This record gives sequence, structure tokens and C-alpha cells, in this order.
Amino acid sequence: MKYEKPLPEMTGLAGEFYSWGAKSQLRFQRCSACEAWRHVPRELCAQCGSAEWSWEPSSGHGRVFTWTVATRAIHPAFEPDVPYAAVVVEMDEGVRLMSAVVDCPPDELTVGMPVVVVFEQVAEVTLPKFRRAYAEKE
Amino acid sequence: MPSSLKDRACIVGIGETEYSRGGPNSERSLLSLQLEAATKAIADAGLKNKDMDAILPSQYGRTAEELAANLGIEELRYAATVYMGGAGPVACLQTAAMAIAAGVATNVLIVTGFNFYASRKVRDLSSTTAGPMSWIANDYYAPYGVVAPAQWYSLIARRHMHEFGTTSEQLGAVAVAMRKHAQLNQRALMRGKLLSIEDYLASPILFGPYRLLDCCLETDGAAAVVVTAAERAQDTREKPVSVSGVATGHPYPADDITNRKDIFEIGLTAAAPRALAMADIEHKDIDFAEVYDCFTFEALQQIEEMGFCKRGEGGAFVEGGRIELGGELPVNTHGGLLSEAHTLGMNHVIEAVRQLRGDAGERQVDGAKIGVVTGWGDFGDGSIAILRN
Repeated sequence: MKYEKPLPEMTGLAGEFYSWGAKSQLRFQRCSACEAWRHVPRELCAQCGSAEWSWEPSSGHGRVFTWTVATRAIHPAFEPDVPYAAVVVEMDEGVRLMSAVVDCPPDELTVGMPVVVVFEQVAEVTLPKFRRAYAEKE
Repeated sequence: MPSSLKDRACIVGIGETEYSRGGPNSERSLLSLQLEAATKAIADAGLKNKDMDAILPSQYGRTAEELAANLGIEELRYAATVYMGGAGPVACLQTAAMAIAAGVATNVLIVTGFNFYASRKVRDLSSTTAGPMSWIANDYYAPYGVVAPAQWYSLIARRHMHEFGTTSEQLGAVAVAMRKHAQLNQRALMRGKLLSIEDYLASPILFGPYRLLDCCLETDGAAAVVVTAAERAQDTREKPVSVSGVATGHPYPADDITNRKDIFEIGLTAAAPRALAMADIEHKDIDFAEVYDCFTFEALQQIEEMGFCKRGEGGAFVEGGRIELGGELPVNTHGGLLSEAHTLGMNHVIEAVRQLRGDAGERQVDGAKIGVVTGWGDFGDGSIAILRN
């Protein structure tokens, strides 16, 4: 069945970001000069101005920062998922990303809930998503 | 930092089409609607079309060239488009004041309008507006089902509820106040449609925590204002309304909501102190506030970020009638985007002008001398103007 949901442009920095998913890796840009992590991908480091960076592997661990629950689908392809939550996860590295927590119903989400990354292949793209993490780090 | 814009420009003309959802407005072109509003504003200023020498058109509207051709403006000295979404109209007051203070233009026409029911709906704007807002939303939000402004901002509201205990009832107080004010406004789409807090709480959740009644209207209609140099404002018919303070601001990063160090910091947070300082006033001097209410929570958040109360206290601030006519700080005396109409917030500028002219009829804030108007653009860009008579 054809995947009808919006897909990211697989070109440029967005393409590079999402291409790690195919290898079951979540990587973020890290500035080579000042080591600051960043997301969404940018050309320059906003902290120090350096144009040098590399894709560094994330620990994969984070916490739920906030979310929004859709009770209707503006984009028709999301109709089967309703109600669904789009979740902003704050990673241990400090960056945040929009994602989903695949094994938690919207009304059970809590701010601060620990989660860990999983990878879901959709069409030709692998999207990073999250599941509940039960073990506390450290 | 001293500014040379204080009281350099005055709003001397206002013009609006009728506001509607569908109906005759949808059969007309957007250009036709905008020209109607423009022509009315110019006439209201006691000026002629060809007296305009600057046009600041809306990013969603028709070009300055097309408007000038239709209005017979042969000497267009300045044109600029502000790409700040709903923060545009108020930001245009800043641009107009700058052009006037610099001697580049004398009579500035600012015009906006929508024709939703003939074309796309506001919720689709994110996908059709060119630029970084749509790129990041398309690549990083949309794959996860986040495609509408209500979803973006409900993320902030949820966090606000978590950190400060803001409640649904408090968002509802905003909706109820806007609707109450609309009952006194002939132009308001929601006139005749009463709303109680019980009705609000019974309304369905759309994008939790936002309900249907937390979301602004989508309407057809156009609105325009004419701004002129303070020195010339005395020649016009109506009491001129002076732009005493004006500023714009952006959150950081402006183009990605998810990675803000401070998720509650919006463009208005930085812009408000600048506007107040320019106008040389304090919060207690402000008699009313027309606040860009794309959603109820955004009105509450802007009241906090402007400094009328501490961050987190907005919920309590909007309760108990404080923001209703007769209260300490009447907000959106015309009903706002929630209950009057959606003209990208130009209707808020126009209502502020009516208040300061003493023309607000049943909605008049007694002795109104100073008012504040805000604009809000995706994803939280802000603009603010302090107007006085």
C-alpha cells in the first residue's frame, strides 16, 4: 500500500539527517570547534560560528518535553492514527526533535517520561521514533 | 536607546469590507476586496487615492504595483512587504513610521485581506507559504502528523499547563470574553452567538489541549489603514491616532519551535519593552489591548510576555472579568480573531483606532487615551504598537 503521509525532502542536510535511520542510527550535528550539539540541521554553529561539524551518534535516550494530541486528521493519511500525539522529545544531548512515542497512548503521556529511540521504515525513509524507556540512566 | 519614531506618524484613515464566511465576499476577487478596504481608508483619511505615495501590501495579498495601478497612484515612492505573517500589519506601522520619519513617504497605505472560502484555508498556510517556516515544518514536523498552526502552538500551551498549572477554564475565559465583546459589534461574525464557559468546556478537543472554540475564525474580508506624517495629521477629518511606540521581534530560533532554550519566549517578549520605552509609558497607562488571538492561549501568553503580569500568571489574569469591557484591561473589544473576523490582525489595529477616536459605540472604553495592539506570526514572531490619541 502506498505511503501517503508527508515525507521529508531527502536532499541536503535533511536528507543526511534522515539517512542515518536506514542504518538504525540517530545522529545529530556536532560542532567540531566548540562541540555544541544542534538540531534541526544547520550550516553554521550558532554558538561559535564554525562551519565545521560532523554527524555524531546520539545516546538515543531522552525525555518527553511536550506533545499535542490530534483528534482529527487535517492530512487525510493520518486518519487511521487518530487520536495520535506528536511528541517533542528532549534528548540527553540537549537537542529536541518532533517525533512520536509508539507504545504510549496519548492520554498516558507525561512530561519527563523517559524514552529511547526506535526506527520505523516508511516508504523509502526510516523515521526515528521513540518507545518508553524503563531503565533510568545512571 | 533613544528613537526618532515616537509620534512621528499617525493613523488617519481606516477601511474594512464586510466580514463573512462564504457569501458575496467569496465571489469577489481578493484584489477587489482589498481595493474596497483601501478606498474606504483613503476616503476616511480625507485624502484622494493618488495622494498615497507608499504601499505596504500583505504577503498574502496583491502586489503594490497592482494596487497602485488600480488606485491611480502614479507616484509610488516606496513599497515594501513584511513577511511576518500575522505580525505583518502591526509591523507595517513600524515600516510606515520609518518611511515617514526618513522623509521617504508621506501617505502610506497598509492593506491586507483574505478570501479563504474562495481559496485555501488558513490551516494550509504553512504548506503554501514559501520559506524557512515551511521547510522545517515540512521536513521535521509533517512526517509526524504536525501540519497545522493549532498543533504547533498547542505544544507550547501543553508545556505552559505543565509548568504553571494553566487550565482549560482559563483558556475558556479568553474565548468567553471575546465572544461577549462580539455581541456589541455589528461587524462580528459571532454576534448573536452567545458563549458560556459551560459551552466552551463542552466543545470538542481538536488538537489537545486546544478545543474548537480555542481557534480563531477563518473569514473573507479585507482591511486597510492610512498612515501619514504627524505634521500633516491635523488636516484630516477624524482625530488622528499617533503611533507612539512600535517594535518587532522574533523568538530564537524563529524557524523552529522545538529547539528554543526558552519555549515561552516569543517575538513579543523582546519587542514589548522596546515599544513601551519608545512611547515612554508604563503598563498602568494602557487603557485597552487588542491582542492577536489566533488561539486563546496565544492571547494569554502575549499578555504575560508583554509584561502585564508575570509569566505563568496569565491564567489568573484573564479570569474574573479582568479582560472584559469594564475590567482592568479590556482585551479585544471587537471580539478579536476569535469572534469578529480574521484579517491578519488588521482588524485589531482598526478597533484600536476606533477606541482612541471615541468611535467604539457600545464597546467604548471610557476616556481611552492609550492602547496597545499586537501581531503574531508563525512561529511566534511578534509586533507591537502603542497608539495614543
